[in-house]
Amino acid sequence: MSDPQLRVVLAKLGLDGHDRGIKVVARILRDAGMEVIYLGLRQTTGSIIAAAEQEDADAIGLSMHNAGHLTLSANMLKALEEAQLDIPVIIGGIIPDQDLDDLEKVGVAAVLGPGASAEEVAQAVRDAVEANLATNP
Amino acid sequence: MTGISTDGATTDQAVPGRSATVEELYQAARSGHRRSLGRLLTHVERGGPQAETVSELAHPDSGSAHILGITGPPGAGKSTLVGQLVANLAASGRRPAVLAVDPSSPLTGGAILGDRIRMDVLPSASPPSNGRPQAGLGSASGETPRSSHAGEPGGVDQTSVAFIRSMATRGHSGGLALAVPLAVRLFDAVGYDPVIIETVGVGQVEVDVVGAADTALVVVTPGMGDAVQANKAGLLEVADVFVVNKADRPGANDVRRDLDLMLDLSHMTGQEAVGGYRPPIVMSAAIDGTGAVDVLAAAQAHLDYLDETDQRSMRRRQRIITEVRARLEQRLSQHTDLLLDSEAGRAVITSAEAGETPPTIASAALLDALLGRDH
Repeated sequence: MSDPQLRVVLAKLGLDGHDRGIKVVARILRDAGMEVIYLGLRQTTGSIIAAAEQEDADAIGLSMHNAGHLTLSANMLKALEEAQLDIPVIIGGIIPDQDLDDLEKVGVAAVLGPGASAEEVAQAVRDAVEANLATNP
Repeated sequence: MTGISTDGATTDQAVPGRSATVEELYQAARSGHRRSLGRLLTHVERGGPQAETVSELAHPDSGSAHILGITGPPGAGKSTLVGQLVANLAASGRRPAVLAVDPSSPLTGGAILGDRIRMDVLPSASPPSNGRPQAGLGSASGETPRSSHAGEPGGVDQTSVAFIRSMATRGHSGGLALAVPLAVRLFDAVGYDPVIIETVGVGQVEVDVVGAADTALVVVTPGMGDAVQANKAGLLEVADVFVVNKADRPGANDVRRDLDLMLDLSHMTGQEAVGGYRPPIVMSAAIDGTGAVDVLAAAQAHLDYLDETDQRSMRRRQRIITEVRARLEQRLSQHTDLLLDSEAGRAVITSAEAGETPPTIASAALLDALLGRDH
């Protein structure tokens, strides 16, 4: 247990009821040995930030299936910056390839699509946390 | 008292960065910086030297908060009830903190901490059942945080005055017995009152943690068995207040009757508390907030009783003894690990493994070696 235990906040941001995928991701991360703080549906940037602060999250995972990912991701990253929180944000869900560049530009750490394996999901979180620690020592 | 800004922000001050010391984090947390408090709680969870520093910093500033323990079987509605309690407390000007303990997977060490999802209620959505604001439970805090914050949209209002932290049990033995009391002391020291600990009442440590609170609430629901179950020892014995949750469902009055009978028997066998205190049975339907105010009133009445009978300080002393003991055991366990890894220790183990020394004698020899050391 020398590895610090990673704590990940998982949420659906905004009005999007498709929570099957995020539940699978919660289970994947749990089985990868992480602690998942599961916020579930209809969260706001404010409620996610409050949870991330209080839970001292290492990463935030947002599930998006309503085509709002460009707007919502930008909102989330902006809110995090305003709150002075350097926590990486990983987006999962249905994300068209042509949007990947834009998501990277607003500061999304990783994007996971429907084809991602359990190993890829867990590794994406670990990589994002590590990269964040390297840039924000 | 502690100069907390109610919005939890210290924007005009330097925000402690990732490399901040425990002292810096503690000072920031005392002035209301929630991220710093979140970081400190991570140190508390991990144990080690930083956790000990937290303990030493928080020690002189703590001791006034009302500590509430809430336990009960999985699915009884504990988290939902806690959400309602927090909403009511925040609406009446209190600053509640919640420590929600959930089990870790013994196989992977991972955990899904899903208590927060049940605590997502607006204070305004749960008016007190008696139609007026509750005066609050305990009155140790002279602060009256702005309640306007509690009316903000978006489901974040209560967390702007309340602080909710999820804690996984994590595998290490006795870890919970160390981390929970320290986290509670930290919340207390930075100005939260009451501090609510929520655990599933399944393990002895979990029950002990709640039993060591000032006020232990045990949540039960209809459909969990008859009076015989209620008389089984364990969980129910630690209760200072019973909450029959899901009281809108059939069978709730049967549960109440069974609990009443059990309490009658406690009276008959002379197991009643000092001064004839009888744990009240409060009916609640946490899903819509019914009874939350009554639960808080019962908890406050219990605290008053503790104060009147000088038992609050007794419980505090008991908590301290328990914590000192747990910490001592942890230190001994660390020394045991070191000894077993040492040459002398391995020699004894090898001899025991070969069947030359019985485990009783081997352990006695190791204890001698342990006690002979000066640390």
